[in-house]
Amino acid sequence: MNLLEKLDAAAAARKSLLPNGVGAFGIPIEEVYSATEARIGDRRVLLFGTNNYLGLTFAPECIRAAHEAIDKEGTGTTGSRMANGSYFGHRALEREFADFYQCSSGIVFTTGYQANLGTISGLVGPGDTVLIDGDSHASIYDGCILSGADIIRFKHNDMVDMEKRLRRLGDRVETTLIIAEGIYSMLGDQAPLAEIVKLKNAYNCILLLDEAHSLGVLGETGQGLVEKTGLLKEVDFITGTFSKSLCSIGGFCVSNHPQLEQLRYISHPYIFTASPSPATIASTRAALVLLSKGSDLRKQLWSNCTQLYSQLEETGYLLGPDPGPVISAILDTPQQALQLWQSLLEHNIYVNLILPPAAPEGKSLVRCSVNAAHTTEQIKYVGDTFSKLYNMI
Amino acid sequence: MTESNYDEIMQLLCDRLSSLTNSDTQITPETNMISQLSIDSIKLLNLIMEIEDTFDVSIPINALTDIHTVRELADLVHKIKSAS
Ligand SMILES: Cc1ncc(COP(=O)(O)O)c(C=O)c1O
Repeated sequence: MNLLEKLDAAAAARKSLLPNGVGAFGIPIEEVYSATEARIGDRRVLLFGTNNYLGLTFAPECIRAAHEAIDKEGTGTTGSRMANGSYFGHRALEREFADFYQCSSGIVFTTGYQANLGTISGLVGPGDTVLIDGDSHASIYDGCILSGADIIRFKHNDMVDMEKRLRRLGDRVETTLIIAEGIYSMLGDQAPLAEIVKLKNAYNCILLLDEAHSLGVLGETGQGLVEKTGLLKEVDFITGTFSKSLCSIGGFCVSNHPQLEQLRYISHPYIFTASPSPATIASTRAALVLLSKGSDLRKQLWSNCTQLYSQLEETGYLLGPDPGPVISAILDTPQQALQLWQSLLEHNIYVNLILPPAAPEGKSLVRCSVNAAHTTEQIKYVGDTFSKLYNMI
Repeated sequence: MTESNYDEIMQLLCDRLSSLTNSDTQITPETNMISQLSIDSIKLLNLIMEIEDTFDVSIPINALTDIHTVRELADLVHKIKSAS
């Protein structure tokens, strides 16, 4: 098989899963009306498959800041942070992230994907070890591969399994980085951080926590799982993204280890890419202020999450173990998931379809995400539609 | 490590692979796990975890990049087990 034929084979495999040209992946959104509504084809749909957890995509403060930045600094930086791409805003945002997490240092990356790539490949290298949760996001896997370190997986959120693997490493624990996530993106469950920290301290490793989905969602000021559990000081490195509750694009890493600064000189995903545009940085800075003061938004978000999670659970759907903004219905076959996803769209509801191997344990998922801007009526309509469709699958 | 341990590793791999695959292919040391048995990446990664537990060793998943056949996997496990 030549290179192009291999791609044809992959396309054929995908088509066999998604018959009749169903465009579940990369569905075109024609117009966006608000944080909760958009047009797909000729349907006005409810958006229940975004990562817009605090509903801030149209926050006037963020839009205004982005406009002003474009007017003052132009559309792009046209360069790397290492060369001409470190503006006042980039440095200010790094300071603001460090302060938000009460840390000494912060680094901004161009995406959250690159924050993981750049941080992991900066911290470990060939001969070192990364011990990662089996359900880790692709950016974590890719960062580990880029680093050249030995990659060992432990069973998702299973601390007995994790300890077994730490013990087997013997003296190598000294150069081992443990990686977990605040909220896992597929099932919406949270890492058992207290137990991870206990093991990390017992074995004297370094711990990195990706708060991509938990930033803005967990904790009084929205720091994430570190704040909810009171374990901020125990986590060595925190990464996260601007692309979810902060409603822009970019990523960060913060730490109290001064060595974080060294990454600016060795981390390719930081150096060999252009820095975020001025508008992106400006809207993120404004959003971080709203996020940290957003306890009312979080209250609303959690009330919305509980409403949808309880209704789906009562209907009989098998869901992820923790209620939260990511609510996934777990289905046995891709066909069931596809049918449910398609019927929801026919009822003007957009959610995410997740097929194996992206979904854990060979299952398929219909993944909903709830945000603070959803109204009680919108959530009830979605819950009622799920109930109506339950017997179909 | 003795020859019987190598056979034990090979036997375990063949047994586990036959329960993971939907293909009717007869599994031999030369069988390609991905192209002939259609074992997807996640199944292979989970199999590695099982092997780690059975033989009490650490097998880095990046070592799998050069592994295609059952024999290559058995050699890798054997090498790591012998060194441990
Ligand atoms: C857990 C996790 N980490 C990192 C990322 C990457 O974030 P970004 O969209 O900013 O590249 C994502 C988002 O897809 C994620 O789910």
